[in-house]
Amino acid sequence: MAKQDRMSGNEAVAYAMKQINPDVMGAFPITPSTEIPQYYSEYIADGEVDTEFITVESEHSAMASVIGSSAAGARSVTATSSCGLAYMWELLYVAASMRLPITMAVVNRALTGPININNDHSDSMGARDSGWIQIYAETNQEVYDNFIQAIPISERMRLPIMVCQDGFITSHGVSNIELLDDEEVRDFVGEYEPEHFLLNSEEPYAVGPYGISAYYMEAKRAQAQSMKDSMAVIMDVANEFKELTGRDYGFFEEYMMGDAEVALVVIGSSAGTGKEAVDRLRGEGKKVGLIKLRVFRPFPRKPLAYAMCKVKAVAVMDKAESFSNSGGPLFNEARSSLYDLPNKPFVINYIYGLGGRDITVEDFYEIYQDLFVIYRTDDPEDVYRYIGVRDSRYRYE
Amino acid sequence: MAGTHAVEIRWHGRGGQGAKTACLLLADAAFDSGKYVQGFPEYGPERQGAPITAYNRITESPCKVHSNIYKPDYVVVVDETLLSTVDVTAGLSEDGAIIINTEKKADELRPMLRGYKGQVCTLDAKRIAEENLGKNYPNTPMLAAVVKVSKVIEERKFVEDMKHSFEHKFHNKPSVVTGNMNALKQTLREVKVG
Repeated sequence: MAKQDRMSGNEAVAYAMKQINPDVMGAFPITPSTEIPQYYSEYIADGEVDTEFITVESEHSAMASVIGSSAAGARSVTATSSCGLAYMWELLYVAASMRLPITMAVVNRALTGPININNDHSDSMGARDSGWIQIYAETNQEVYDNFIQAIPISERMRLPIMVCQDGFITSHGVSNIELLDDEEVRDFVGEYEPEHFLLNSEEPYAVGPYGISAYYMEAKRAQAQSMKDSMAVIMDVANEFKELTGRDYGFFEEYMMGDAEVALVVIGSSAGTGKEAVDRLRGEGKKVGLIKLRVFRPFPRKPLAYAMCKVKAVAVMDKAESFSNSGGPLFNEARSSLYDLPNKPFVINYIYGLGGRDITVEDFYEIYQDLFVIYRTDDPEDVYRYIGVRDSRYRYE
Repeated sequence: MAGTHAVEIRWHGRGGQGAKTACLLLADAAFDSGKYVQGFPEYGPERQGAPITAYNRITESPCKVHSNIYKPDYVVVVDETLLSTVDVTAGLSEDGAIIINTEKKADELRPMLRGYKGQVCTLDAKRIAEENLGKNYPNTPMLAAVVKVSKVIEERKFVEDMKHSFEHKFHNKPSVVTGNMNALKQTLREVKVG
């Protein structure tokens, strides 16, 4: 029986963790994800869960601890943000290549330089090539739902998974949420029964061995295949989740795309603000749509390309700067996915929201106006753009 | 404005004074009355005493917007010393109101409000808190003042829900429950709408 409640995104993750009751949590506090281990340690102190909580001296050790526990055969979780994720860097690759189903709550925050505690996606986007599945959320409800789905996705694929949400915007924002019963969550995630694990005396095996040139490349190829295969598993789990809750999840959400002429592709909480702009423009008779990307790794290349082809001009929104002189990470992958298709749309890039810079309904309104200019003139002009920066129409060239 | 019938509230306080807590309490109270709610802080430098802002959106249907609030219906000022340094009435609807924690009268403060023509409401949250709770905890009085002025929650329902909420929160300290409820009721009587 679903329960109506209100809580912040961090509370929602901690609550989902409590219902899952994993074997091990290894974590080190960092703003804005600190509340997750904080709330969780209260559950432990109150005897509501029997998770082994490993206190460590750094994020590097937090990741090392869950790598160890996951290899031993324990369902393992952690949480981090920003520089904490960056400090885990080398071990992210270890977790993925050892095929360990670790679930990590990432509360997205800018990386330092200059120091900043607020939201953007530079932390997890920087980790995009580490071999972790990445799922993003617009709302507290989605954070909660994604975290629960992450457990079976990662365990069936034996891949680690990041469940990302926007720092402060959802992590510290209280809003309405529908919670499942503990029993429903426990049934949904099931008991973790690893196929191979270190503490299995019946089957001694080695993890993380040296991979000489004769084997390393096959290991990487197999990892790439597992990421590809996870597409089907993500959909299976989404379908099972829909049966349980009625809530619909996929690789992305299409909002008012049916007859749209122009559209945005956006990740995370700003999608909600974009939808409000869509609603208002629809009220004025403008045919606009929005695609909210939920799964960034694996990148849903084909379905996303087909969705974008429904319109004539697309603005891809990146909350991370790549310093590539070639646009942000989402833009590059989204635009590249269209290359082989015949009637592909114009695609432009906006970098937005860095270090907590707010993006408003009016900003999205302005972007849609820009897209209609391209719609009429067939000329994308400057493809790499910024929005919400001083001299706000600053462009690269 | 966000969607239909959104009530948007912006809180100004200083780090450590409880503006964020009061904002989250309002979200709780509005949730209890069956609304869709958002309550969220905006963090600048993390230090005690620095100006902080917090926001509420209260709606009849789920609210999609995730930006800060630039055109609030109501502004709440928990610390009146902010009036000289922060443009607290920026974007504030003239059909709405500003609610200030002060022992001064509204007319004395109006000159500091940069020409704001809407309602100026005052309450002495410090005195009310000290009389009822023994300490300067302005949260409960500020919360009650917002409910009184904005009418975003039906008053009788609000009083009932807050009683349950305090009883739950302070089940080991019945005197704190009585103190908070008295502060709340006294505020509902004393808020001056000017």
